[in-house]
Amino acid sequence: MTRFDVLPDRAGLGLKAEHYSDIVEAWPDVGFFEVHAENYMGDGGPPHRYLETISARYPLSLHGVGLSIGGEGPIDNAHLGRLRGLIERYRPASFSEHLAWSTHDSAYLNDLLPLPYTELTLARVCAHIDQVQDTLGIRMLLENPSTYVLFAESTIEETEFLTRIAEQTGCGLLLDVNNVMVSTVNHRLDPFAYIERFPHGLVGEIHLAGYDETLDSAEDRLLIDAHGSVVKPDVFDLFRFTLEKSGPKPVLVEWDNNVPPFAELYDEAKRVDAAIDAFRSSQDVAAQ
Amino acid sequence: MSIQAGTKGWSKAFVAALVDPSSPVPKGVTGGRAQVDPLRFAVYRNNVHVGLVEALRKAFPVVERVVGTTFFAAMARAYVGWHKPASPVLLTYGERFPEFISDFAPAARLPYLSDLALLECNWLQSYHAADAPALAMSELANLDELSLAHASLVRHPAARTVNSRYAVGSIWHAQKAGRTGKIDAGKPEVILITRPDAKVEVTVIPRQDARFASCVLAGSTLAAAALKAADAGAAFDFGIALTGLVRKGAFTSIANGGETS
Repeated sequence: MTRFDVLPDRAGLGLKAEHYSDIVEAWPDVGFFEVHAENYMGDGGPPHRYLETISARYPLSLHGVGLSIGGEGPIDNAHLGRLRGLIERYRPASFSEHLAWSTHDSAYLNDLLPLPYTELTLARVCAHIDQVQDTLGIRMLLENPSTYVLFAESTIEETEFLTRIAEQTGCGLLLDVNNVMVSTVNHRLDPFAYIERFPHGLVGEIHLAGYDETLDSAEDRLLIDAHGSVVKPDVFDLFRFTLEKSGPKPVLVEWDNNVPPFAELYDEAKRVDAAIDAFRSSQDVAAQ
Repeated sequence: MSIQAGTKGWSKAFVAALVDPSSPVPKGVTGGRAQVDPLRFAVYRNNVHVGLVEALRKAFPVVERVVGTTFFAAMARAYVGWHKPASPVLLTYGERFPEFISDFAPAARLPYLSDLALLECNWLQSYHAADAPALAMSELANLDELSLAHASLVRHPAARTVNSRYAVGSIWHAQKAGRTGKIDAGKPEVILITRPDAKVEVTVIPRQDARFASCVLAGSTLAAAALKAADAGAAFDFGIALTGLVRKGAFTSIANGGETS
């Protein structure tokens, strides 16, 4: 059963159960859909029924949140087996996971937790990714995290850490532009410089989402990766800047909390497609 | 040097501080300024709780409606503190919530709440259960009387029963429909949960059929189940009871039609 081999260089949307019937009634013009793998690890029922139908009509991106690739402990083989089952069943065009960890001593902590960037953690992450890619038989994409703290013991800058992982394992990268904004603002760094350092040739997909904002005790801005609103204007500007560096890519809009009516999410996809079209037109003009 | 050596321990210290709100930010955790604000580390603590409470809200919408969002959030947070998921697949995270609720003192004035949560657990299991075609009435119609008596039926993977001392099926339906009005919560109910097609159905089994339904779903032959049901009450009608279960999609096939086991 061959489906779609690649994600197109345009906007895709996170597939939410709230929108199943909207999608199969209207078949909206969306480049691809992305699902959280863990939500499809039940045996059957409506989630699989809808995913079968929808993935027959649209390219599918499978996005894991629970593999704990950045963890100190070993990869959970049972979880890896469940992922392999999903990949065999749905043949997604892309599989991605996070540079983060979430499992400790068999307890799942349900958040994408940060890790120090050292030669030792680099070697461990590479070993984990080798194991994942060997078991799943697929080249995965690794996503840059949103972080709220740093580690004193880190010796490698994040974009260099990701680049070296991709070079050593052959994996691709998922550039989450909202995560770049969240982390760089939180750590008083320059988001544009981060994008300039990023190895765009290795990027297989871009993520966009909305962040929440508060102030810490020192009244510094504290951004939180919330996925509960439209993409904020500064992140959209950073995305346009990214397009100039990377060219068009598959771009996912994530909206996982306070999920709006489908029409509102669809508008976000159209906004992204318009930005990609505008970029393409500007390239055509420049080429003339 | 092995991969496991060296930085071993950073995640241990991180988790210890993550699950204990009174603990300071772990050593070696910094930020954009020389001193990291504890508020920044607290984002991680909060994310763990908020994500798991949200997973429970999605799994137990009727329990939340009965107790209200504030009470539910407090009860869910207490559950998260008591029981962390063992797997990244959160579909089963709430399975100990009924057990937790039955010991949760602030909920003691609603003695049926634990069973209502149990009903919602079974609803979710039914929703995610394997797909299978349901047994049709026509397949039973092909059997002669003796074969039918000796037949037992194979439970559909999405079929469940909840046996409660309380009227939690009626309460569930009233809440779903937004109906107000008095329900005698103290009336025992056997509730059948099925998914004949894409939709999960919750059915309160008529009192006279409850014994029969429990026996057939547990694998008894139809004759044995009918005998037990007839003992329980005169209003029992074999044909009506069996048709009711089959039409709801409770079975996939006939296990040993016509053969004595």
